[in-house]
Amino acid sequence: MAEGLIVRSLRDGSLPGEHAPALCLEDSLPSPLASHSHAVFRHLLTSLLSTGTGTAVVLVAFHRSPSFYLSLLSPTFHNSIRLLDCYSDPLAWKPNHHPPPPSHSPQNITLLTNLNHLPHFLSSILHLAKDLGAQGHERVTVAIDSVTHMLRHAPLPSVLQLLTNLRCHEKISSLFWLIHTDLHEPKVISSFEYISTMIASLQPIVQLPDYANANISASITSLEENYSKAKFNLRLKRRNGRVKLLCEELLIEQGSVKFSSVPSVSSVVAQNLIPKVQFNIQLSDKERMDRANVVLPFEHQGNGQNIEIYDGRRSLSESQNDPSSIKIGGLSEQKRSNNNKSEKGEIHYIRDSDDEQPDSDEDPDDDLDI
Amino acid sequence: MAEVGDLLAEAMGHSLPVGKVVLVGDCVETSGAFVLHLLLKRCLSLDSSFAVFVALSHPFSHYDRVLRKMGCNLSVQKKNGKLHFLELLDFSARSKENSVDDGFCKLYNEIRKAVETARSKDTKASCVYIMIDDISLLEIAADGSENDVLNFLHYCSTLTSEMDCLLIILNHEDVYSSEEAPRLLAHLQHLSDIEIRAAPLNTGLAADVHGQLTVINKGLLNDDRRSGRRIWNFQFKVKENSVEFFYPGSQH
Repeated sequence: MAEGLIVRSLRDGSLPGEHAPALCLEDSLPSPLASHSHAVFRHLLTSLLSTGTGTAVVLVAFHRSPSFYLSLLSPTFHNSIRLLDCYSDPLAWKPNHHPPPPSHSPQNITLLTNLNHLPHFLSSILHLAKDLGAQGHERVTVAIDSVTHMLRHAPLPSVLQLLTNLRCHEKISSLFWLIHTDLHEPKVISSFEYISTMIASLQPIVQLPDYANANISASITSLEENYSKAKFNLRLKRRNGRVKLLCEELLIEQGSVKFSSVPSVSSVVAQNLIPKVQFNIQLSDKERMDRANVVLPFEHQGNGQNIEIYDGRRSLSESQNDPSSIKIGGLSEQKRSNNNKSEKGEIHYIRDSDDEQPDSDEDPDDDLDI
Repeated sequence: MAEVGDLLAEAMGHSLPVGKVVLVGDCVETSGAFVLHLLLKRCLSLDSSFAVFVALSHPFSHYDRVLRKMGCNLSVQKKNGKLHFLELLDFSARSKENSVDDGFCKLYNEIRKAVETARSKDTKASCVYIMIDDISLLEIAADGSENDVLNFLHYCSTLTSEMDCLLIILNHEDVYSSEEAPRLLAHLQHLSDIEIRAAPLNTGLAADVHGQLTVINKGLLNDDRRSGRRIWNFQFKVKENSVEFFYPGSQH
């Protein structure tokens, strides 16, 4: 389900007047799948390109050679992808007379040699996107592997501005990037999370205390398990501000990626969302009972009539004769008889359910995926 | 072909790995230099091979003496053009004429030129190794600039894919074990495809066992791996002219 949500969001792009959707894919060394986060990266690329809806990809390659990415994808997708080669010579260290490696295909690979100049970097990406658009591809997704490499050559504000500019551009329908969380300070990670609409993080199945200095001999079994599985946590930001959380299990088998849902974990994730504050925002059992006994305004007319709770199966008149209806104590019969004869306006409030939270303001249409 | 040691060869892949970055980590208690010596001997023992050795830690005479006891004459190999040895004991990337960036650019181009020359002579060379001893001295040469060191290592790693080389880096992990500076180590771990860690035994010192070696072979997505195993842990004993590898309790 997480994979489907991500691919659908990236494929559909944005509504007019909105920024393009952006996925921030996070990994770290404790999840050995960090080396295979590229498996997830490749999986997303393949899923996008195989939707057959005119989607194309501009891939900005920092970590591996362009030929590596092309070798991961089926040749049928090679016409729908353009690679910006920031791997081979990003700082122009190679002599000018040095010929490009023979494995490079000049048709869909563009070499970038001045990574320190971000405006040129941005214009290179947009040029490739326009090139794809001119070939009939209606939607162009930009994929960056990885922004960690970008941050070694440019300051954080410049990189964030570049990503925001890409999201704003009319030729770019969606964007996703990879970032290694253990190579940056938390505020840097948070900055990228703020400008993204989806945040997917890879975490180990078995938590080990310290990857770098771990006593590996004692934890080989756990490490081996971490190499084949991982937790895939996805946080989706909806347009109305609501955040949806999903937690699934990820399996790597012979280079292919499979997602499986783990329902029991999502409740744990939801519980962990309760903010830890200094005052108690939870109710004790006694407090819940006392709240249940509180009579809300408009639930009684001061005439001793029963509180009516509509159960959806019978008419209101039948429920009035129901002996299980709650009766209000302390009201005299005389008041009841007087109010029955009164012609004054009355407000009849019927609570839908005894379980309804009085402060609930949940939009019933919130679950619609329009 | 003389094998490095069955367990180490098995962990790294019996077929010579190319296009990969190998990170060898050690600490004060257990030196990992013997891994470099073994891999260098393995490379040079092949008929068609070439090695570039960037030595910041010891002079040529040191490695020549060690490898001679292991049955490999570095002087002859150097004379035959199979070894390009860069002795950089006093190397400083910054100079009066150059910035740190320029200094590393020159060093990278010297390495690249040596590999290109070897490839042009023998395009079917089965084994081309680039070995760096070690990263902490490289950082000193860069006046502490971690970014310049990473740029240099990135360019060296591009040679692994462009020239089908194997890049082997020795790193003293305990230099970067403090909380303030774990980032270079983490960068190296993200960069590497194979990690080899030499560490002391959990039980302390022993006469017959000198330490334990952990090999993490991460593999690549398009790797044809017969076995899904990625982690090996075994013990070793460094002898005068060889190294023994064995699982705990199985030493003869």
